[in-house]
Amino acid sequence: MPHIALPEGFPGISAGLTYRPETAKPMRELAHVLLHDANSLTPGERELIATYVSSQNNCHFCQASHGAAAACHLDDASVVEKVKADFLSAPVSDKLKALLTIAGKVQQDGKLVTASDVEAARKLGATDVEIHDTVLIAAAFCMFNRYVDGLGTWQPQDQDMYAQMGKHLAEEGYTAPSIRQPLQTA
Amino acid sequence: MPHIALPPGHAGIRSAMAFRPETARPLNDLVEVLLTGPNSLTRGERELIATYVSSLNCTHFCHSIHGAIAAAHLGGDEALVRQVKTDFTQAAISPKLKALLVIAGKVQKDGKLVTPADVEAARSLGATDIEIHDTVLIAAAFCMYNRYVDGLGTEQPDDEALYRERGRRVARDGYVAVSHEYLETPATH
Repeated sequence: MPHIALPEGFPGISAGLTYRPETAKPMRELAHVLLHDANSLTPGERELIATYVSSQNNCHFCQASHGAAAACHLDDASVVEKVKADFLSAPVSDKLKALLTIAGKVQQDGKLVTASDVEAARKLGATDVEIHDTVLIAAAFCMFNRYVDGLGTWQPQDQDMYAQMGKHLAEEGYTAPSIRQPLQTA
Repeated sequence: MPHIALPPGHAGIRSAMAFRPETARPLNDLVEVLLTGPNSLTRGERELIATYVSSLNCTHFCHSIHGAIAAAHLGGDEALVRQVKTDFTQAAISPKLKALLVIAGKVQKDGKLVTPADVEAARSLGATDIEIHDTVLIAAAFCMYNRYVDGLGTEQPDDEALYRERGRRVARDGYVAVSHEYLETPATH
């Protein structure tokens, strides 16, 4: 049960975004630039970073929806589960593992990121923009996750809903709502 | 020393924003709506929430600049800002704002810690749904801004006079207008 009168039938962040369009606009734009716009990190890699941070924050809605978007980009749901469980043994590039190490530290506290974490990523080919975007994706999901959880939003367990949402996010990005109509809450 | 080649001559989040104007624009737009947009919470109250969360996250740049902006909105009362950072329950602020700071402090740790009783307490002291929403989002957003500033290893000056001067300017002109100082393309649209 949400803590405030959010519109019914809108799961997770879509409830907060629908409730307050003034703040929704820059939040959507930020997610779109970070996860969807052109970048030397693929959209699948960026969604994996978002999913991993959301899973560390134990935010069900965000890890399920971004996990579904990552699975859609990568055409592989198993890699998403492996990244969440133990990214070091997941079938992803060494560069992405080094970036996930940085993201995991930002999730706890940005001050934990060390010069050697950054050097390790750079040695594996990470550029400054990629390191910047990794830090900001991790930081941004510390916001999105807290927003979704802090309002007590409805976070369904329905896997099909997340699969559909993930497909929308992977194909359309974040500027247009993926949930346009209220869903059945029963 | 920053972890990546941030443009010299800027401190804290300004250096990160100057490095990546594409993300700076929505980041500035969000803080502008949350902290300066029309709201039944005063600008001073909202800046105190931002300052308190930044102080819990120990992000020197953010709690200094937002503390200075809060003081500028509150008639220069720097002692009040310090008291909110140290122990807001003893500060000369309204009971409603104290209840909202309880919620903000929980969101800073984990949004799931906010209870219906916390929200009911704020509501019984006069907080509206939008005020509760904005408190949650301000707290969540500063968990982002703080991590961004710290995670890139930005320069965070110790100079109180610098924060005081800039705080007055941001309090007067807002975030988007002041962002012209470090972004070549204005963040407005």
